[in-house]
Amino acid sequence: MCYNKIKIEFLSKSQNESFARVAIAAFASQLDPTIDEITDVKTAVSEAVTNAIIHGYESEDETITIEAIINGTELTVIVHDTGKGIDNLELAMQPLYTSRPDLERSGMGFTVMETFMDSLEVKSDKGRGTSIIMKKIFNPLS
Amino acid sequence: MHLNFENNEDKLIVYMSGELDHHSAEEVRNIIDDRLERDSYNKLIMDFGDVTFMDSSGIGVVIGRYKKLHMRSGKVCVTNIKSSVKRVFELSGMFKIIMLYDDVEQAINNI
Repeated sequence: MCYNKIKIEFLSKSQNESFARVAIAAFASQLDPTIDEITDVKTAVSEAVTNAIIHGYESEDETITIEAIINGTELTVIVHDTGKGIDNLELAMQPLYTSRPDLERSGMGFTVMETFMDSLEVKSDKGRGTSIIMKKIFNPLS
Repeated sequence: MHLNFENNEDKLIVYMSGELDHHSAEEVRNIIDDRLERDSYNKLIMDFGDVTFMDSSGIGVVIGRYKKLHMRSGKVCVTNIKSSVKRVFELSGMFKIIMLYDDVEQAINNI
């Protein structure tokens, strides 16, 4: 059984969105993913990190942590912020709902994560932060 | 993200290349809106042929331009969409209001 783990930390700057998704894609590449699988992971990570930057934090000086774990053919990605947390999780996860229409956000972030990964779990404490736990099972090349 | 503009009569065509995410979206939005306003275009063709990555921020960029032009009876369409970009757009149901064409030529003839 193959097991591996990484942890990265970076500032809540939007420039780091591309760094985060590429770093996780590079880690996941040891699972011999297809291009579609890797695009799915990159898109989901991009959404989770963007949420932390836009909604979790109000400044660029905060820290976002990502842990990624490979266990067999399963990849788990945990995106964590210590920001303000989500008021109403049920509402936040509804497709097309956005708390920031002023920023032209589409309200599709959680829908993208749910669709492109195999499972999504959100843990949020008001005033303490949010953790997004996403899993995807890769089909090994035969 | 890099943008190249062309115009064809009353239509503004924007060729986008690179990655469209939350970070690049703001700049893309500002540059396109500036062009639309400066020369008062009512029709916008957004070409995604060289967009190598896009997350849901791209939906906001397209819908935002649609709302803006719709208010003055204008139109927006998208062209040259790869399957990875299309999957993100499809989740939003965006193609119910925004036309998709295979290429810019087809868009120019139909928009």
